[in-house]
Amino acid sequence: MSSHTRIILVCSGKGGVGKTTLTANLGIALASQGAKTAVLDADFGLRNLDLLLGLENRIVYTAQEVLEESCRLDQALVRHKQESNLSLLPAGNPRMLDWLKPDDMQRIVAMLSEQFAYVLIDCPAGVEDGFKNAVSATKEAIVVTNPEVSAVRDADRVIGLLNTHGVKPVQLVLNRVRPKMIASQDMLSVEDVTDILALPLLGLVLEDEQVIVSTNRGEPLTLNGQSSPAARCYTNIARRIQGEDIPLIDPSKEGSGMRDKFRRLMQTKIF
Amino acid sequence: MTLRDIINKLLGRQVASASTARERLQLVLAHDRSDLSPDLLDKMRREILEVVAKYVDIDLEAGAVSLETEDRMTALVANLPIKKTINKPESTMEEIDQKQTEIQI
Ligand SMILES: Nc1ncnc2c1ncn2[C@@H]1O[C@H](COP(=O)(O)OP(=O)(O)OP(=O)(O)O)[C@@H](O)[C@H]1O
Ligand SMILES: [Mg+2]
Repeated sequence: MSSHTRIILVCSGKGGVGKTTLTANLGIALASQGAKTAVLDADFGLRNLDLLLGLENRIVYTAQEVLEESCRLDQALVRHKQESNLSLLPAGNPRMLDWLKPDDMQRIVAMLSEQFAYVLIDCPAGVEDGFKNAVSATKEAIVVTNPEVSAVRDADRVIGLLNTHGVKPVQLVLNRVRPKMIASQDMLSVEDVTDILALPLLGLVLEDEQVIVSTNRGEPLTLNGQSSPAARCYTNIARRIQGEDIPLIDPSKEGSGMRDKFRRLMQTKIF
Repeated sequence: MTLRDIINKLLGRQVASASTARERLQLVLAHDRSDLSPDLLDKMRREILEVVAKYVDIDLEAGAVSLETEDRMTALVANLPIKKTINKPESTMEEIDQKQTEIQI
């Protein structure tokens, strides 16, 4: 499996844009589509992936013990109960940051590649050592951003760094899209962001309150095939990663009443 | 410009914020991507104008040197309206004058 393994870094630059939520949901979705998938929490300073997956009480060992060779990889991997194709490799103690090197990340990812078809790496925010270590171990990347100036600017910086490191392909996920705000032109549109960043769009994720409900429970939206707006988006993204040709949701086509038609008329470009 | 922008303008309201966001981002990213500090850009602007002024009579006030970015390619764009060419016969000068020549680098 090793050489065919898809190693995908989920990164953003700016914090809090939705990397961990995306990693958890894609992990579950890919696994439920039958792919053996590992999610690696590379945010050693502020780990959260275990919590979003509801696996926080089942951690015995972490990436740290694997690297120190005080346990085997399969002892540290936490397998998801319902979605047995998915395993989490938890982040170790924050003190790992003091000694972790790109070599260490590469070793961990190489081990995971032997057993899994997909390795998703949840990257820390920022462009410092944590990011650099993670970049050194990946082949592909997904850049997550929000339709907001600061998030887009930071995404641009990260895209530049990914290009310098030869990471390919780099694709974009636009998270927390609000069709109503785009329609009233108080939010950057999907094209605005893809034009500015000049990246292919892997998918967009609608703003959705259910995301918070699902994190409360530790059950990602893609578990149990839920159908909330964000759940649909995450499932579509996973299927596109698997090579399926799934059309994008068009936020401007959401809604078909008189008011929506009027809104569309108002946003037609005249000159 | 959209219908909404026009109506907003007529009513003296603020233009919707997305277009402002777009313009601000384009400007800030052009600078981020080139990694040029405003100081350096200003120094370069002055030196470019000096060099060009040796050959043509340019309007130093109207001259603009800026960064533009598209598809992750950043370009240095100088827009320098020429008043007249130095050391050229009278006739050519007038022609140039009439055309309001600009040079772009
Ligand atoms: N599509 C969405 N709709 C609504 N809320 C969302 C959506 N995506 C993410 N959120 C919320 O945004 C917050 C940040 O999400 P998350 O922790 O996944 O971001 P992150 O990029 O991993 O952050 P950090 O940089 O701190 O690691 C969370 O509270 C999450 O519930
Ligand atoms: Mg996170």
